[in-house]
Amino acid sequence: MVQDLIKKANEETMKRILSAQPTLVGIGVAGDVIPGMTSKTILHAGPPITWENMSGPLKGAVIGGLIYEGLAENEVDAIALVESGEIQFDPCHHHNAVGPMAGVVTASMPVFIVENKTFGNYAFCTLNEGLGKVLRYGAYSEDVIKRLKWMETILAPVLKEAIGLAGPINLKSMIAQVIMMGDEGHNRNKAGTSLLIRELAAHIINTSFSNQEKIEVLNFMNSNDHFFLNLTMPACKSSLDPAMGIKYSTIVCAMSRNGTEFGIRVSGLGDRWFTAPAEIVDGLLFPGFTAEDANPDIGDSVITETTGIGGFAMAAAQAIVQFVGGNPQDAINYSKLMYEITEAENNTYKIPVLNFKGTATGINIMKVVETGILPIINTGIAHKEPGVGQVGAGLVRPPMKCFEDALEAFVDALTEEGLVE
Amino acid sequence: MSKINDLFKTELKVANIGLRSFAEDLKNQKVKVVHVDWRPPAGGNKKMIALLSKLK
Amino acid sequence: MNYGEVGVLLMNIKIKTQKNTYYDSVTLMRISKELKSLEGVEEVLVGMATDLNKELARNLGLSNETIEGLTVNDFFVTVKCTNEELFEILLKKLEELLSKKDDETEEYSPATLESTLKNVPDLNIAIISVPGQYAFAETKKALDNNLHVLLFSDNVSVKDEKTLKEIAKEKGLLMMGPDCGTAIINQVPLAFANVVKKGSIGIVGASGTGIQEASVLIDKFGGGVSQAIGTGGRDLSLDIGGIMMIEGIKALEQDEKTEVVLLISKPPAPEIAEKVLKTAKDSGKPFVVIFIGGDIEVIEKYGGVPALTLEDAAIKAVQLTNIKMKTPEIIEEGRDSLIKMLAKNLNKDQKYIRGLYTGGTLCDEAMIMLSKTIGDIYSNIPLKPHLKLMDPIESKENSCIDLGDDTFTVGRAHPMIDPATRQERLIKEAEDTEVAVYLMDFVLGYGSHHDPAGEMIASIEKAREIMRQKGYEAVYIASVSGTEADPQNLKEQERKLMEAGVVVMASNARAVGLAADLIMYHRKGRE
Repeated sequence: MVQDLIKKANEETMKRILSAQPTLVGIGVAGDVIPGMTSKTILHAGPPITWENMSGPLKGAVIGGLIYEGLAENEVDAIALVESGEIQFDPCHHHNAVGPMAGVVTASMPVFIVENKTFGNYAFCTLNEGLGKVLRYGAYSEDVIKRLKWMETILAPVLKEAIGLAGPINLKSMIAQVIMMGDEGHNRNKAGTSLLIRELAAHIINTSFSNQEKIEVLNFMNSNDHFFLNLTMPACKSSLDPAMGIKYSTIVCAMSRNGTEFGIRVSGLGDRWFTAPAEIVDGLLFPGFTAEDANPDIGDSVITETTGIGGFAMAAAQAIVQFVGGNPQDAINYSKLMYEITEAENNTYKIPVLNFKGTATGINIMKVVETGILPIINTGIAHKEPGVGQVGAGLVRPPMKCFEDALEAFVDALTEEGLVE
Repeated sequence: MSKINDLFKTELKVANIGLRSFAEDLKNQKVKVVHVDWRPPAGGNKKMIALLSKLK
Repeated sequence: MNYGEVGVLLMNIKIKTQKNTYYDSVTLMRISKELKSLEGVEEVLVGMATDLNKELARNLGLSNETIEGLTVNDFFVTVKCTNEELFEILLKKLEELLSKKDDETEEYSPATLESTLKNVPDLNIAIISVPGQYAFAETKKALDNNLHVLLFSDNVSVKDEKTLKEIAKEKGLLMMGPDCGTAIINQVPLAFANVVKKGSIGIVGASGTGIQEASVLIDKFGGGVSQAIGTGGRDLSLDIGGIMMIEGIKALEQDEKTEVVLLISKPPAPEIAEKVLKTAKDSGKPFVVIFIGGDIEVIEKYGGVPALTLEDAAIKAVQLTNIKMKTPEIIEEGRDSLIKMLAKNLNKDQKYIRGLYTGGTLCDEAMIMLSKTIGDIYSNIPLKPHLKLMDPIESKENSCIDLGDDTFTVGRAHPMIDPATRQERLIKEAEDTEVAVYLMDFVLGYGSHHDPAGEMIASIEKAREIMRQKGYEAVYIASVSGTEADPQNLKEQERKLMEAGVVVMASNARAVGLAADLIMYHRKGRE
């Protein structure tokens, strides 16, 4: 009886996830398009967190966000403003949004608007700033703010007009293609970024902006392999949101980290977060950095794994297998292992080297707890001090506690209904 | 005739659950074998095992 | 030299470059990580000369004009380390890492039986060796999925065993075990088993080493095995009722390739013996039975051929197949003079046999044979309760020790896998100057140690030395249970033992027989 309820609920959940049609429909301003956004709201990555508990990169990004918004002149002002209690912090996830690393979104920031055409829901994500000293790693120097302003005044308007000319871009099929081209959609976005440029180049040329501005935009996109990540993420978010809140479903519909805690949400358990301290990423560090420098796991980008790509599609990204141990077989093994804890094979995202098998999709908390196999996440490593930037990349897994607590809550809920003893 | 007699007439295809050396021995003899990387359910966590059993 | 005293740390910056050589950044990061772990390396940067890397080199104080002059297509390594020699080591290591091709890619192993079957649906048998507490669940899963099972795990309750065997019987599946270590199905040795010739003798046995010894002797006498089905040691108990042996006999009855059936067990519960023997009789095929140390009349009552030892069983089974018997190559010629020669070096107060066994059934066989000739045998698995050794690590008078018994395997490997238990035991025994003969088994085949004889030789030498210092010398008699096709190679193993002065006999029964006769001869001489 209970099994049947769970089975049906999980089938419905998977049907919704797999039938999603995430589509890039435009660019808007966060304050205008993101529901519940005010000029004093700061959205951040991960489950809810207070200022006191924020890690270095997130604090830095908050300070940068306030300076960018003109709400503070400098670090001291910004901290005073936060401590006055005037600023509202809320997870991106509570606003149909996602953000990489610190994931800070403020009202004036331009955001991609992604619509899931199957269900008519939207997801939002900022535009990727590039590598080095950037806001999402907690940097807030003058250069950082200047770049954000340029993105607001040049990059976003140019792309907005170009997307308007191009018409809606189906991200689902684009992500399917990039996986065929050696991206896994989280740590490698080279193919995706290239494909997006190819898709938009002619339209960018056709916009009403000056040649200089168009060149700047194209160069900016070209210089940043991860530009496409900020489209993959809202595509995944918009695919998962309609699958939330299906009673008796044991499928994970969100995973996310705020740099202090890792949190998951399970379809059948509504809005509740199940959290535990975030882990340190096991990975390769850039020269000059040590494990001491690494911040605990941070960012909403693990939404990719939740949708069956990222670490789950590692077998597709042979070029970066050294992050996972060194040889292609390791990557294949990681991807194969994920079938042990998931509910379905993806109907769109397919891996050539696995004989075009669909990626492992739909993490089932029961399977995670039973097998002891945790989802594998490919991710970047942030420096624990604000503003230093990325110090490496590697693998991380969520804490088991998130899944155990969720399972317990799930059984409790069934017990309350009298469905189990 | 029982399935045992069917087995006697079929190529052996082995699932090895537990000691890896048994699978290695078979592999060395070119016998088809899949080694299962078995681990205790729920890592042996009794509370979790009890919770899971309620859902089955 | 103490640098701290002068407050200066001597440091060298070493740089090496390679023009127009490309390595991907991830490889280089991995290599940097490994090189940095070398002792004495303070900081190292390995990279393509991109602007970013050049800046990094500057920031780390690892740059110079050479590096500044490189282009993005050039590769460099720059290191801060304490001496020249280290730099050379580092370069060598770098070379190694850059050219490293990791061929040892490990195939994917699924985590559960369910997912295994999803990927490979045509599997037909499962070998299960998980800890006892999980064995029932895994075995049931396998049976539910129509897999035959060899259950190697022990610590499974009688109740669970019965449930599993009833499920298997219902479904017509093999359920070998629990605690089943040996089977040969379709010529494939499973778990602990030997490579024996294909033939017409079908074995069903409740003892792993019993099946091993019988099957290798069948091979030695020119016969062959069609199938060898293990049942687990408790199958012929009252509780289990011989379910698997009965189903096994029925399967061999239906098997065209099986002409003769050989049944091996310790003495069963009497009513179960009758049930099993009746099934064998009904099969219409000639059958040989060895209930090690048990009643033979009941066997004859059902028309079976009783055997007294495993060798006897092998001989009788081969004879029934009507093929020409081969005599074993280690012949018994001059046995009497051998005994005389061996006894010559024995001192008057050397009276006892110590059997140091890795195979439980071989130990049993030895005790049964010896107690008929030389008298009581003490053991950790005694024939009679009053012969139980108070302390299993202290032998007494004539003793046979099953070193594979639970007492010795807690927290360590079975002596068939790891010879250490027996090595240590022999050295300890050597302190006892009353010992005349050491009896040992060497079980070959898959599963066993890759060189059990070779591993034992050094300990035999050491034991000899210990005794020699006290002016004594003992006799070492062994049998090797294996075939020339086994991975360890029978001949090779026998040769090693003989070269070490061990008397090697063709079977355990013969080794025991020789030991017994030697003791009796020596006793007479003393009288």
